[in-house]
Amino acid sequence: MTGLLEAANLVRRFGGLAAVGGVSVALRRGCLHAVIGPNGAGKSTLVNLLSGELPPTSGTIRIGGEDATGWPNWRFARAGIGRSFQRTNVLRDMTAMENVRLAAQIRGTRARHLFRFAGSEAGLRRAAAALERVGLGGHASRDAAILSHGQLRQLEIAMVLATDPTVLLLDEPLAGMGAEEAERIATLLRALATDHAVLLIEHDMDVVFAVADTLTVMVDGLVLDEGTPAHIRGSARVRDAYLGHAA
Amino acid sequence: MTAAALLVQILNGLQYGLLLFLISSGLTLIFGVLGVINLAHGSLFMVGAYVTFMVANAGFGLWLAIPLALIGGTALGVLLERFLFRRFYHRAHLDQVLLTFALILLFEEGRSAIAGNDFHSVAIPAFLDVPVPIAAGFAYSAYRLAVLAACLVVAMLMFATIERTRAGAAIRAAAEKPEMVDLLGMDARRVHMLVFGAGTALAMLGGALAAPLYSVYPNMGDGFLIVSFVVVVVGGLGSVAGAFWAALLVGLVDTLSKVFMPVGAGAAIYVLMAAVLLWRPAGLFAAARA
Amino acid sequence: MLIAGRAGHLALAALALALACMPLFASPYYIGFASSALVAALFALSLQLLVGGGGMVSLGHAAFFGVGAYAVWWLTSASPTAIVATLAAAAFAGGIAALGVGALALRTKGFFFLMTTLAFGQMLFFVFHDTKLGGGADGVFITRPDFGMFGLVWDIPRRQRPAVLLWLNLGMLVAMYAGIAVLFRTLFGRALLGIRANEHRMRALGMPTHWYKLAAFTLAGALAGIAGHQWAMTEAFVSPELLGWHRSALALLAIVLGGAGWLHGPIIGALAFAALGEAAGLVTERQHLVEGAVILLVVLAFPRGLGALRR
Repeated sequence: MTGLLEAANLVRRFGGLAAVGGVSVALRRGCLHAVIGPNGAGKSTLVNLLSGELPPTSGTIRIGGEDATGWPNWRFARAGIGRSFQRTNVLRDMTAMENVRLAAQIRGTRARHLFRFAGSEAGLRRAAAALERVGLGGHASRDAAILSHGQLRQLEIAMVLATDPTVLLLDEPLAGMGAEEAERIATLLRALATDHAVLLIEHDMDVVFAVADTLTVMVDGLVLDEGTPAHIRGSARVRDAYLGHAA
Repeated sequence: MTAAALLVQILNGLQYGLLLFLISSGLTLIFGVLGVINLAHGSLFMVGAYVTFMVANAGFGLWLAIPLALIGGTALGVLLERFLFRRFYHRAHLDQVLLTFALILLFEEGRSAIAGNDFHSVAIPAFLDVPVPIAAGFAYSAYRLAVLAACLVVAMLMFATIERTRAGAAIRAAAEKPEMVDLLGMDARRVHMLVFGAGTALAMLGGALAAPLYSVYPNMGDGFLIVSFVVVVVGGLGSVAGAFWAALLVGLVDTLSKVFMPVGAGAAIYVLMAAVLLWRPAGLFAAARA
Repeated sequence: MLIAGRAGHLALAALALALACMPLFASPYYIGFASSALVAALFALSLQLLVGGGGMVSLGHAAFFGVGAYAVWWLTSASPTAIVATLAAAAFAGGIAALGVGALALRTKGFFFLMTTLAFGQMLFFVFHDTKLGGGADGVFITRPDFGMFGLVWDIPRRQRPAVLLWLNLGMLVAMYAGIAVLFRTLFGRALLGIRANEHRMRALGMPTHWYKLAAFTLAGALAGIAGHQWAMTEAFVSPELLGWHRSALALLAIVLGGAGWLHGPIIGALAFAALGEAAGLVTERQHLVEGAVILLVVLAFPRGLGALRR
């Protein structure tokens, strides 16, 4: 079975340093793929490569079988690759609803739709549903600027969901959330993984091992090991290189 | 066209380019280090030219005008930084545009009040007002050669300062990572004043040297300001070396296009800028940034 | 970008009504003055589409204003032309010029965008200043287009002309304001606001922001061309000065003076600045001194513009 998003031998150098030094991943529908590793292992760079934010120095990226290497990031998004940012990246002068609605309207917008009024029903419905799913239904009309840090993280995910992606790339979505919200989002991630391909970067190992179907362990820009949670838990290499420090 | 005539035009182009460097290096340093766009930079050039004119009118020559432009320029720059620009580092571009546009209006109105609205020519110093033979049958103005040499000396002094001194290291650090300046043990505010003072002095020096060549007239800074923008865009933001090579390139392209293509030559440097934007939008000499 | 609420629109309507009634009580000189101020407001409003919309601070916008004004001269110098034709031509010429400049300048951002728009605008200035395209460096007088459509021409007696021009400019301003206000309720307008707030995020969500900005730049150029058309109608004179960047800077000033965040800001700002210049002219010959000092004061004392005081 081919993946929705496949990357082969991705390399990204900054100056002489290879932040990602030859990584291959395949993201499949119905699979939650977590990437773990110590700080500076190249996880965020990997997400930036997979979302078209950065062009790879070498290697190829395919979306649904089509070669997408070198596409600008907006083409990735229009091809169904949705991503969240590690540092919250929302429009602060707009309400939560307006943020999500704008996101809902971007993907799939054709030039002939551009001069329709912005309050379109479909967009509104999708935006409201996305807010509800992340647990922000009650805060739809509040300005993004006054939301708490955890709520902004939720809004960030709602914006990605509203674009109706097939692949979700989530860069530390739970960071800064309270326990209750984190649990809600973890449950949501599990639910999303049934009909999406999900790539998750997360530091909380309890969450990762609870939700992930597949785990990739990265160290120094390279894949140290890959496999099911049970396999990774038992891997001596991983324990030596990484889990040992975290414990 | 003979080789000698071409040589004359190339010298003209280099001399114009070096003069542009005096203006655009200050502009690019002030962008790079302070993050401010200074539209009034051309007015400072104008002030330098008018200082020379008035010094000459009072019976003195360039030997007085040049130090006056350098000292007065540094002082004016430090005052402008201390009392105006410092408040605008973190303001929107729009506000910076308006601040510096207001300064243009005030400088021009001040010029009009003090020196009037007429064109004035400024005499070339007598000992430089001689032709220098450069090839069989061709002579070149000694003053232009002197300007060329003076600008080259200034450029070398600038590179030496920036590459070799502690203040230069602070300037380079400030242009790349503002937070680095404190680490180097220098007061960022002093670096800012230094850069603004030096940039202003360079613009006024440019005006002083240019006055005998181009005469002085209202709004003379405008044309030089805009061509300097072209230099900065071609050279890359915050890069003094980029400004140097781009200034020479722009000076040569402008001068030679006017010789070979009299109609529409004024557009040549803008075509050059358009080509650079298409090919390397960050500028020809911009350091690759991750 | 903020659009005035009901109370704000009532105040704006009252202002429009007062201007429309000027022919009843004001001298022809002041009617002409108001007409010119309305042209400045039209131009500043067209720039607000860029500044308030996509967050694009352009110093080359006056070039499209000038191109629009010259389009009137190109048409009317050949034969008498109806205003519908000159208006369309001015908008088209301004839009095409903006498309060309925007395609290049939008490859840059921030300071570079300011500098490249300024430089390309000045290039157009030199084109009109130095070639036959502009009819000479000192400018040319033009015959106004006819008020008419489909061959019917409405001949206006000389005495009524100032009033008719005033009403025409006022009508154009109201139409342009309404048009932009509606535009900001469409998906395209919302997208521009999103780009202004966070372009990077918009791209990551799948928006080809470059094309949106280019479309806005072109549209704003066409609107500036319309403003330039009204200049040509009002003054019956065009010169390369129209394209100079000082006019762009003054329009940016109008936007800030009126409160940069508001759609009506540039209108208030342009009218206020025109009134200031006129008042200063009564007191001193050094108008620029007063204007420069006032701009300095505004940017130092009211970082958010005069219009923001009410909030």
